[in-house]
Amino acid sequence: MTTSDFNAILPVLVLTSWACVLLLVDLWIPKDRKAITAWLAAAGLATTLAVVWLLSGFNLSGFGGMVTLDGFSRFVSAVVLVAGIVVVVIAPGYLNQRHIERGEFYILLLFTISGAMLMASASDLVIVFLALELLSIPLYVLAGFARPRAESEESALKYFLLGAFATGFFVYGVALTYGATASTNFQQIAAAVAAGKASLLLLSGGAALILVGLGFKVAAVPFHMWTPDVYEGAPTVVTAFMSVGAKVGGFAALLRVFFIAFPALSADWAPTIAVIAALTMTLGNVVAIAQSSIKRMLAYSSIAHAGYILMAVVAGGTGARSQFAAGSALFYLLAYGIMNLGAWAVVIALEKQDGTTNPIDDFAGLGAARPGLAIAMTLFMLSLTGLPPTVGFIGKFYVFRAAIDAGYMWLALIGVVTSLVSAFYYLRVVMVMWMKPGEGPVALPRSLGWVVGVMAVATLVLGVVPAPLMAAAGRALLSLFASA
Amino acid sequence: MNVLFATLTLVTFFPVLGVLVLLFVPNEQKDTIRWTAVITSVITFILSLVMLAQFNPADPGMQLVIRAPWINIGSTWNIDFHMGIDGASLLLVLLTTFLTPIAIFSSWTAIGERVKEYMIFFLLLEVGMVGVFVSLDLFLFYVFWEFSLVPMYFLIGIWGGQNRMYAAIKFFLYTMAGSILMLLAILWLGTNVGTFSYTDMLGKVPAAAQGLLFVAFAAAFAIKVPVWPLHSWLPDAHVEAPTAGSVILAGVLLKLGTYGFLRFNLGLFPEAARQYAPAIAVLAVIGIIYGAIVSYPQKDVKKLVAYSSVSHLGFVMLGLFALNAQGIQGAVLQMINHGLSTGALFLIVGMIYERRHTRELAQFGGLWKVMPLYGTLTLIVTLSSMGLPGLNGFVGEFAILLGAWGAGGAGGSYGSVLYAAFASLGVILAAVYMLWMFQRMFLGKVENSANEGLKDLNWREVTVLVPLLIVIFWIGLYPAPFFHLMAPSVGKLVSALQAASVALR
Repeated sequence: MTTSDFNAILPVLVLTSWACVLLLVDLWIPKDRKAITAWLAAAGLATTLAVVWLLSGFNLSGFGGMVTLDGFSRFVSAVVLVAGIVVVVIAPGYLNQRHIERGEFYILLLFTISGAMLMASASDLVIVFLALELLSIPLYVLAGFARPRAESEESALKYFLLGAFATGFFVYGVALTYGATASTNFQQIAAAVAAGKASLLLLSGGAALILVGLGFKVAAVPFHMWTPDVYEGAPTVVTAFMSVGAKVGGFAALLRVFFIAFPALSADWAPTIAVIAALTMTLGNVVAIAQSSIKRMLAYSSIAHAGYILMAVVAGGTGARSQFAAGSALFYLLAYGIMNLGAWAVVIALEKQDGTTNPIDDFAGLGAARPGLAIAMTLFMLSLTGLPPTVGFIGKFYVFRAAIDAGYMWLALIGVVTSLVSAFYYLRVVMVMWMKPGEGPVALPRSLGWVVGVMAVATLVLGVVPAPLMAAAGRALLSLFASA
Repeated sequence: MNVLFATLTLVTFFPVLGVLVLLFVPNEQKDTIRWTAVITSVITFILSLVMLAQFNPADPGMQLVIRAPWINIGSTWNIDFHMGIDGASLLLVLLTTFLTPIAIFSSWTAIGERVKEYMIFFLLLEVGMVGVFVSLDLFLFYVFWEFSLVPMYFLIGIWGGQNRMYAAIKFFLYTMAGSILMLLAILWLGTNVGTFSYTDMLGKVPAAAQGLLFVAFAAAFAIKVPVWPLHSWLPDAHVEAPTAGSVILAGVLLKLGTYGFLRFNLGLFPEAARQYAPAIAVLAVIGIIYGAIVSYPQKDVKKLVAYSSVSHLGFVMLGLFALNAQGIQGAVLQMINHGLSTGALFLIVGMIYERRHTRELAQFGGLWKVMPLYGTLTLIVTLSSMGLPGLNGFVGEFAILLGAWGAGGAGGSYGSVLYAAFASLGVILAAVYMLWMFQRMFLGKVENSANEGLKDLNWREVTVLVPLLIVIFWIGLYPAPFFHLMAPSVGKLVSALQAASVALR
């Protein structure tokens, strides 16, 4: 293993080693003091974040071109690490309340995060598969963490079965691609296609199956069926991470695979992904209206937002200027992460201990009982709708612009119309909070308060001064093409 | 020039200072909250007078311009924090900053619950409205435009009437539906013309693309004005909103739509404006007559005034799309007039509602005997809304009809004087429903015993009405300064429109 190899996977290496050591250390931590494990896990995430930061400016390739460290992987890693830190901060209180606090939670989370980071650094389909499994399997376990509750175990089983199935599709796609191009390395695949040596029929089949596998991960229609049930059944802190971290990892792999390995096929996959994006936005937003449980509503909203990001993916397949526009996918992932984590944090704050349904009506009277929390939730709902001056608006603006740049005006039109539809169900939450009378004050643990506060401020500030982050996202995506 | 302390930045964002102060005032100290809000809005008005003093009436271009880079990434994003005013937007900003303290002051006793949130939303709404009028960058304009929806939604939804939640969400979704089409048009413009700045874009929009863009922008503005047949959100929103909310909704928010037509549809898309003028004129005339006819049988006086807004703003649309100097100047003046008169009408309705907790016309009758001062002031406002010469409404309507008549001649945008003829019918109909409303409320015997002991106006209610009446008389008797302010910029717009019409031929 050369230095270059070592450095290329350094962040993943640091985090995985930390997780392994923590697994051992956890044995000596008494059952009632598992918060220590949480702190250690957070320290590990912070250290990894520092390592990512220190590696700025490096463009490395390792293990014979299987792994790449570039601006793109650093950006995505940073997003997932921050999401992880937020979840680790919230988790101890939540798990403790429900008597499911075990040290393994944090370790599994660390493994999942390292899987997501590896997804962003992969330049070989086999590594994508490896990272996909590293990302997914701990998540299956985490989904079933609230053991006595049947919903949790059911959601874990559903996730596992459907996920394994989707991974099967993915592997079959890798096999077909290998059959078509005699390689699983992204650059070599693209070179084989360019040299005309690839069987396009096999390759298209492979690309399509890979799309199915990754589409499952990011909850695109028609691979989204697992999302509402799994999000609703899993412990809410796990759901919060799934909706951000797993999606980011999935999209990172999607972007890498389709922009580096299959750019020549873009005339085929761009329209296909466009149709998938349109279906995803429409279904996610329309079905969310019918939901009375806040967790299911946010699950469908998560599906819808995946649709918006897919719009940006479509843009990247159509030329140089729209490649910069495809940076909007990264920006939107970050924006979505911020507002979504904030929203889930509020849901966690309001979740009744024995609650299994989380009805939206639980939010009634929050405006009077805890105005700060209600204002933050209002901000998150408005941001998810895409109203200025929030980061959600900037994200949507950027994504719609990408679609228009790429010539997909009809897709942008569907995007804005579905945003309008989404206003209905997001505003319903706002309405219930401010305009319906409710019960007394809600207990708010300090860690949750901090998380909600930071996310709310970020939503507003990034909505007013988004330029630095937008530029960073655009650059990160361009580095993807540069290192290809 | 320091953007932070430029006049326009101060006028737009000063209410945010008030909001920040209010956040630290305890909820129980309601009077402190009310005074803070009123003082903030009065200071904003004074700042707008400073803006007026700095304005040079002879200059037709944009003045007090501030421009700072905001989102400039490479060559693909050119969004600046770009603000400026010309004659028309100056008048509209003054209307906004003038009406807001009056509206806030009028809610003194009407709003007793959650006063702090109410005042915060009101001040934020003022920021949004002024921002729309002064933005010269399309992105910034869109931000303020959408943002102003949010406080209004809360004002209707929390402090409104029985059916407030339905009215609030209808208002929000209906208005947002138009705005999102405008968003797509803005994105297209920014991408294809290369800039988001209004002044940079002027004259550069290719004529072939103007048609669809015109329709997209018009969708957003037509819902806001509202142009018939997109008006069904208005009666619900007005009836359910609290009094001050209705005052601002009718007084300023509807003008956001007409301003949008003036600034963007006429300014950016002159060729398309010429093409679509007859179609818009048809909708405008239908709106005038429909609004008037539907006002007449209304049982709820607030709904009556709401429909009258549809009628009055039909006049404004007719004047705007006459595409000549009299029409446009009359339209801008009528925007101000409508803000004052209908604002005053809603205040008046609010006053009787506070006493009797009903708005049904059948419940009133003979009020002039019981509340003579109230009756007198209402009569003046009614006559102003009707367009009686000597009061403000007449000046605006006359100029509009003059413009519409002129546009009906050779080379005019309408090509037929029928539009002006039918619109004049609207003047008569306005007299019908306004005088009928006044008669049923104030004249005759006091039939209903509940009306007998009502107190006349107190000093606070007089204070909110008198400034409006002063300006009503001022514009009615001596409108020259107002025309003087907007003439150069309107003249510039008209020349651009005429150049485009020559190009079309």
